[in-house]
Amino acid sequence: MARISLSHLGKTFASRHGNVTALADINLEIADQEFITIVGASGCGKSTLLNLLAGFDTPTSGQLTVDGAPVNGPGPDRGVVFQQTALFPWLSVEENIAFGLKLRANRRKGSSEKIVERLLARTGLAAFRSRRPAELSGGMRQRAAIASVLAINPSTLLMDEPFGALDALTRSIMQDFLLEVWEEERKTVLLVTHDIDVAIYLADRTVVMTAHPGRVREIIAVHLPRPRRYEMRSEERFIALRDHVTGIVREEAIKGAIEIAA
Amino acid sequence: MTDSMAADQGVQASSKAGPALADERAEQSSAGAVLTSPRLPLLLAQYAVFPVALIAGWQACAQIGLVRRSVLPAPTDVALVWFDLITGATDAAARYSGTWLDHAAASIWRVFAGFGWGVALGIFAGLLIGLSRIMERVLDPTIQVLRNIPVTAWVPLSLVFFGIGNAPAVFLIGLGAFFPAAVNTTHGVRQINVTLTKAARMMGADERELLFRVILPGALPSVMTGVRLSMGIAWVLVVVAEILAVRSGLGYLLNDAYLFYRNDVVIAAMLSIGILGFISDRIVVLVRDYLLEWNRLETFSGQN
Ligand SMILES: Nc1ncnc2c1ncn2[C@@H]1O[C@H](COP(=O)(O)OP(=O)(O)OP(=O)(O)O)[C@@H](O)[C@H]1O
Ligand SMILES: [Mg+2]
Repeated sequence: MARISLSHLGKTFASRHGNVTALADINLEIADQEFITIVGASGCGKSTLLNLLAGFDTPTSGQLTVDGAPVNGPGPDRGVVFQQTALFPWLSVEENIAFGLKLRANRRKGSSEKIVERLLARTGLAAFRSRRPAELSGGMRQRAAIASVLAINPSTLLMDEPFGALDALTRSIMQDFLLEVWEEERKTVLLVTHDIDVAIYLADRTVVMTAHPGRVREIIAVHLPRPRRYEMRSEERFIALRDHVTGIVREEAIKGAIEIAA
Repeated sequence: MTDSMAADQGVQASSKAGPALADERAEQSSAGAVLTSPRLPLLLAQYAVFPVALIAGWQACAQIGLVRRSVLPAPTDVALVWFDLITGATDAAARYSGTWLDHAAASIWRVFAGFGWGVALGIFAGLLIGLSRIMERVLDPTIQVLRNIPVTAWVPLSLVFFGIGNAPAVFLIGLGAFFPAAVNTTHGVRQINVTLTKAARMMGADERELLFRVILPGALPSVMTGVRLSMGIAWVLVVVAEILAVRSGLGYLLNDAYLFYRNDVVIAAMLSIGILGFISDRIVVLVRDYLLEWNRLETFSGQN
């Protein structure tokens, strides 16, 4: 049974320079607790797709359902981790994590203190609980942002380049952190990334998109054992998958370049 | 305005800075400040040097008779008159002797009454305009036109309307305080990072929660900038109002002393207004710094 279902989904923006079709005829069924990664050239509509799923924007054609119901605005069942870390600068780390739990919509989700304690420990931020976001490093900020989303216990996580702004080392540590969290409390995850290695390393399936308009070019099942370990990246199976995906992405990028030149 | 623009840039800068940079900043602002800040005597000297030089220069001018003492009284003359104005002990201020407290209290009361209603209404209007495009179309053009009429141009009408007394003064001061509060509140609401409002809605915030937990705190730096400007304008307008519309207050004292050629009293009244205005501003700044402790971390705070 698909948790999230996209059928013939399309999104066209009306702009001063005419209409831009960002997404066209997207078909995708995502199972419960599946980890999906999305790769594709810049501007192919990845963020647009995530915005539709999050409910920040509405499709112009096709169907989009989550748990059988059409998406109608944002909600705490779909947690979004933004590329630009969304922490409230006037709240401490602890208060940021508790933010969602204090809202009327989430009052029934259990004792806020217990959840916050657990997440502070889980993200290694317990010692920094009363610090403000400006007093944290980039990696700590992103961990706090993830914790604040996990606090409301969404069944789906939507992540748009969540670690894009971090250095390579911190990024790879954050990926392992994310995997650990996911192993613990399985959620349905959609994660957008530029990095093909990362896309394969994390995913059950990787969706490769094409640009202008954004379509699904290929969906690649990643049959690597779980839990994933960092060393797997140098295994043959991994390299074969990476070469395959890189091939497609490159082909699409070159097509795009020719289109622009023509 | 400048405060909130600086806040803007601070947020961007800090989110771009890598982990190492962020740690360095945090350290500098805590331990670094204590170690590198000048010691107390030096600190006091830095505060004192300019005002002391200014007063010394003024005393010298008066002493050597550059200007007639009755036209420009020496600081010492002013000090004596001021003392009598407050205490009524020496009669140096003659007919004004011992009247200072009443005048000061009248001015302070008018400033805070006018400031109170002007700022409250200004913040309310600013929120409406900031939150709603419809309210922006309904209210903003009118406010922008009225804002460009100097508040002093309202004096004749407000006298006709309210007569001589407190009412026109409080009206004029409130009117002047209204605009900075309104404009800066609108700006504060509109410059809130859209990612924060999105995040709040994603977590399930309803309209009320969005307003009280995101919009108001997010707009607060800019609102407080407006409130501070409003306080400054209130002190300007209390003097205008008291010269033209009421028979009490420091502005009235100043104008009356001018008519009786008592420039020493005029200067004492001027300095009183300056000092009371300064204290009011400090109060606003204290409240702001208390409410916006978090904002200091996000913004540039000057170098030692
Ligand atoms: N609000 C908008 N109005 C008009 N066009 C838009 C809007 N948002 C996105 N687009 C267009 O839609 C297309 C897809 O944009 P989108 O942001 O989804 O790309 P992306 O795949 O996330 O790119 P990147 O990897 O660079 O983040 C682009 O051509 C973009 O110009
Ligand atoms: Mg994007």
